[in-house]
Amino acid sequence: MLTWLSLLFLVLFSGAAFMAGRGRALKSSGGSAAKLHSLPNYYGMYAALWAGAPAALLLLLGAAFGGRVEDAMLQAERPAAVQALSPDRQDVFFSDVHAVAAGVARSEVTYEGAEKAAFDAKVVEAKRIDGIVNYSVLGLAGLLALAGFLLATPRINTEFRARNRVEGWIAGVLIACSVAAVLTTLGIVMSLIYESWRFFESVSPLAFLFGTEWAPQIAMRSDQVASSGAFGAVPLFAGTFLVMMIAMLVAAPIGLYSAIYLSEYANRGLRSTIKPLLEILAGVPTVVYGFFAALTVGPLFRAFFNGIGEQLAGGPMNGLAEYLMQVQNQMALVAGVVMGIMLIPFVSSLSDDIINAVPQSLRDGSYAMGATKSETVKKVVLPAALPGIMAAMLLAVSRAVGETMIVTMAAGLQAKLTANPLDTVTTVTVQIVTLLTGDQEFDSPKTLSAFGLGLTLFVVTLGLNIIALRIVQKYREQYD
Amino acid sequence: MPTENRDDTIAAHAPTLASAIPAGHGAVTTGEFKIRARDVNVFYGDKQALFDVNLDVPAKSVTAFIGPSGCGKSTFLRCINRMNDTIPSAKVQGSIEIDGADVNAKSVDPVVLRSRVGMVFQKPNPFPKTIFENVAYGPKIHGLATGKAELEAIVEASLKKAGLWNEVADRLHQAGTGLSGGQQQRLVIARAIAVSPEVILMDEPCSALDPIATAKIEELIDELRSQFCIVIVTHSMAQAARVSQKTAFFHLGKLVESGPTEEMFTNPRDTRTQDYITGRFG
Amino acid sequence: MTDAALSPGAPAARPALSARDALLKKRHRSEKIFRAQGIAAIVIAMIFLVVLVGRIVTQGYSTFETHTLTVPVYLNPERIDVNALEGVNYDYIVAEAMMKKLGVQDDDLGLTSGKIMDLTSRDFGNQLLQMIKKDKSLIGKTVDVTGSVKADADLYYKGEIKRDTAEEDRKLDNQQLDWLDALRKDGTVKTGFNTKFFTNSDSTEPEQAGVWGAVIGSAMMLIITAVIAIPVGVLAAVYLEEFAPKNRWTDVIEVNINNLAAVPSIVYGLLGLALFINWLHVPRGSPLVGGLVLALMALPTVIIATRSSLKAVPPSIREAALGVGASKAQTVFHHVLPLAMPGVMTGAILSLAHALGETAPLLMIGMVAFVPGAPETFTSSATVLPVQVFIWENASERAFHERTAAAIIVLLVFMIVMNAAAVILRRRFERRW
Repeated sequence: MLTWLSLLFLVLFSGAAFMAGRGRALKSSGGSAAKLHSLPNYYGMYAALWAGAPAALLLLLGAAFGGRVEDAMLQAERPAAVQALSPDRQDVFFSDVHAVAAGVARSEVTYEGAEKAAFDAKVVEAKRIDGIVNYSVLGLAGLLALAGFLLATPRINTEFRARNRVEGWIAGVLIACSVAAVLTTLGIVMSLIYESWRFFESVSPLAFLFGTEWAPQIAMRSDQVASSGAFGAVPLFAGTFLVMMIAMLVAAPIGLYSAIYLSEYANRGLRSTIKPLLEILAGVPTVVYGFFAALTVGPLFRAFFNGIGEQLAGGPMNGLAEYLMQVQNQMALVAGVVMGIMLIPFVSSLSDDIINAVPQSLRDGSYAMGATKSETVKKVVLPAALPGIMAAMLLAVSRAVGETMIVTMAAGLQAKLTANPLDTVTTVTVQIVTLLTGDQEFDSPKTLSAFGLGLTLFVVTLGLNIIALRIVQKYREQYD
Repeated sequence: MPTENRDDTIAAHAPTLASAIPAGHGAVTTGEFKIRARDVNVFYGDKQALFDVNLDVPAKSVTAFIGPSGCGKSTFLRCINRMNDTIPSAKVQGSIEIDGADVNAKSVDPVVLRSRVGMVFQKPNPFPKTIFENVAYGPKIHGLATGKAELEAIVEASLKKAGLWNEVADRLHQAGTGLSGGQQQRLVIARAIAVSPEVILMDEPCSALDPIATAKIEELIDELRSQFCIVIVTHSMAQAARVSQKTAFFHLGKLVESGPTEEMFTNPRDTRTQDYITGRFG
Repeated sequence: MTDAALSPGAPAARPALSARDALLKKRHRSEKIFRAQGIAAIVIAMIFLVVLVGRIVTQGYSTFETHTLTVPVYLNPERIDVNALEGVNYDYIVAEAMMKKLGVQDDDLGLTSGKIMDLTSRDFGNQLLQMIKKDKSLIGKTVDVTGSVKADADLYYKGEIKRDTAEEDRKLDNQQLDWLDALRKDGTVKTGFNTKFFTNSDSTEPEQAGVWGAVIGSAMMLIITAVIAIPVGVLAAVYLEEFAPKNRWTDVIEVNINNLAAVPSIVYGLLGLALFINWLHVPRGSPLVGGLVLALMALPTVIIATRSSLKAVPPSIREAALGVGASKAQTVFHHVLPLAMPGVMTGAILSLAHALGETAPLLMIGMVAFVPGAPETFTSSATVLPVQVFIWENASERAFHERTAAAIIVLLVFMIVMNAAAVILRRRFERRW
């Protein structure tokens, strides 16, 4: 609340600085705006920026990092009673102190005796520290605002190039925004690597990448029997691959053929009807596809296969029949087919763009030779478009590999190394979700393994995307 | 054929063109007409592009279509091999007969028609395939070769006829797009020849080429005219004068005048033709 | 045949006419088959669309109908302790009223009242509590309470629970079904439009569950996403397109942004977890952290869309502005950017529409908890519409199936509205140069 009020105050102060700066500029030119180097508003803006921006930045930093500073100060000194607790319990202790001081919900743990005394003392200290930090930030911000105003305003006179200065600020803001995009990548890479590093301290990367057993159980206490967890991710990779292959088998032909028809055969009316409908299919959120997979496609396929099993039962293929009769809702086939449906508009729209980019002169040359339309498409257009279409398929594969909701809702949790589409499998993305939406003990290898999986996922999709981009670049050179 | 009257004043106005016509090339070869067009009207949507065109194109010779931009000469050319079919809004009325058979008749398959009538475009458009594959494309799809050896023979013969064989014999399996502009256009001509058409249509084949390549192509056209009926659209009157035996002048969608090339350039009957040839308008 | 093909002038010898005819027929047949394959692909895709939307709608529309009843409830002073209002068994009081209405008596074991309690929602009891808290004088009187039937009873009325299923396999036994029939017959139970679905938030009782909390959560989150992603994205694109020198670094940045646009959304969730929650201690599951994560996700898309809109403005505009003495910044902000605005806005709306439907990253940052009401501030616990769908889909009660589908219908309506707005904007304001 303090932050909002102070920001409001800062805005008002900047407004006042604006008026002051503008007024000063006009006064120095004897009331005539024409004599000034820049428009009067630029002078006002100059003053307002120096008054408001540094202080605002400080307030934002304070809001973002103030909590951590306070925590550090609070936890610097730990009474003996607290040091006696295990590290986990200490974390709970301090987060409870924080919670009570802020007036929000706390954990169920009760403290007695020396612990309670330490607890109450720490709560008082927390409130005190909070006050100190808040007021220091506010005070500093106020000083910055005032200093900025007092340093900037005297410079304003007729010759002062206010517009250039202000445009310098604008350029700074623009650059900062661009840097934000780069920082995002850096952030992703660094946070993934950092957390994965901690994971790879407990589990070796080789065991992770090549191990064939995935059973991420971690003992609750170190002395528990059967406490080993296996973190071999190969079954996850296999599951991801299987679902992705099924999805591509559905999406690639349907997407490509529909793109060919729409760009080569369809008249304008049909094209303008079908394309928006495909856009709708593309815009449906993946959670909806997941629901569709779980509640419609899953039971449908299961009934189908069970039915076939019943038909075959008692005959020569009895073994197969028995297998088919116990097939469950959550087969890889279900997730793969629904994911394929989701990818159809993606493949179709990319292929459409690529096919349209093939120059008309090639088609004319082929028609003039007496080729039919299908011959022209199959022998001239598609070979010319091949690199682009391959790139499109790679991008679709990348999408399929990174897809989460459909598989979470339709595939299972069993990590199986199989190529059978009727089996229940799990994928990398499903495991990430499962590991991180349960109880969080953030440092256990179990939850950290999610970051290891995330890093692998990021590297694979990044690789696919870069290869696709390279192919498109090389292909574009052909026609430029 | 209608009688012509001479007008010495025209010859005086167009000395360069008259002298540009080499001796012996001005005569139309006697023989049947390959293509007869009667009352051809072409519409793009509501806009009419050609008005009542009547024209006879002789066999085994070169006929040139000339006229300013947008006059309909390319449109008429494309009617002959029904390339206007690829444009959804195009409507063609009238009759265009090749050897007595109307190309627009229901019984005529455009696919077969275009194996009898080849086309070369303004900008060379070899397929992004090897030189061999480019020339072999037509024979393959029309089933003209019964084996690999025969196919190779057809490719070699076509490239020789197009005057390109010596330059590409050792790199038949390299990309066709790696050749120079002039070579590419000859490759396209070889591609068209490979299916042994009876007519070759050329839509401004030299406008994207340099003068040396242009000269080579014109030489080739001269060689080819003993075997094929060639129709060439050109906006260069000098070129028309150099290569053709008959010339047709189009203006604003109408066929203004047609006749033996020498007469058209020295003694045109219509004032519009006269004005165009003398450069009054372009 | 070879020689004939080589000698000039002679017509090339071609394979026999009959063979060529056969080939021609085959070629035309291939053409027809190819064309048919294209049509088949489109038809299949359309069938998928129809089946998907159709199933959702048929599964969900029954949610919009609800069954309510009004019961006169005698607030028995013996059962109500004025000093401990919270601890009173209101459900039993309601059950007593219901038994009176149906003309049955409770048995010694209380099984009958237990079965009766399965027919009416717990909401009846909550309402009684609120009434008495407001006005303690009601104790001893009879008040009319209106509420909905319980989830399974609702399913029976809608035909989901059928009598012909074996009794052990059903949630309601035959006697309960008889009571429900009686109530409907004498007009006590009425059908109405389920406004509660839109005004209530999530609840453990399916008949009380609604999407209000999720809608508000989504709205608050989208506000944060918009406020961060749109200005930063547009300004970054302006810099990259108009001001930045064309060197190797800007190429790297462009490749970078294209890659970011294709990174799986779950990785953004991991980033949010590691960076915002663990390092910056932003409250878990709040619209703030959700908005931050989705803003990072939407940023590359906004940048790419803005850049292509800026590219579409012809250079002549820039040259004209510079020619009258405008500075670079003035050229861009007074002339180029306003002309590019329709494309920019379209891109922004579409990326927000995409963000609305995102689920995976929000699961990572803790929005998967049960949130019984709408979030009060940007830092309180919240859920969003797609996550609500996910949570309900996992629920075991059958009544949640239709509600999940209904929530999807609400989500799809929002997305269609946003996409339609973007398309209309594009059609009306886009200039073709």
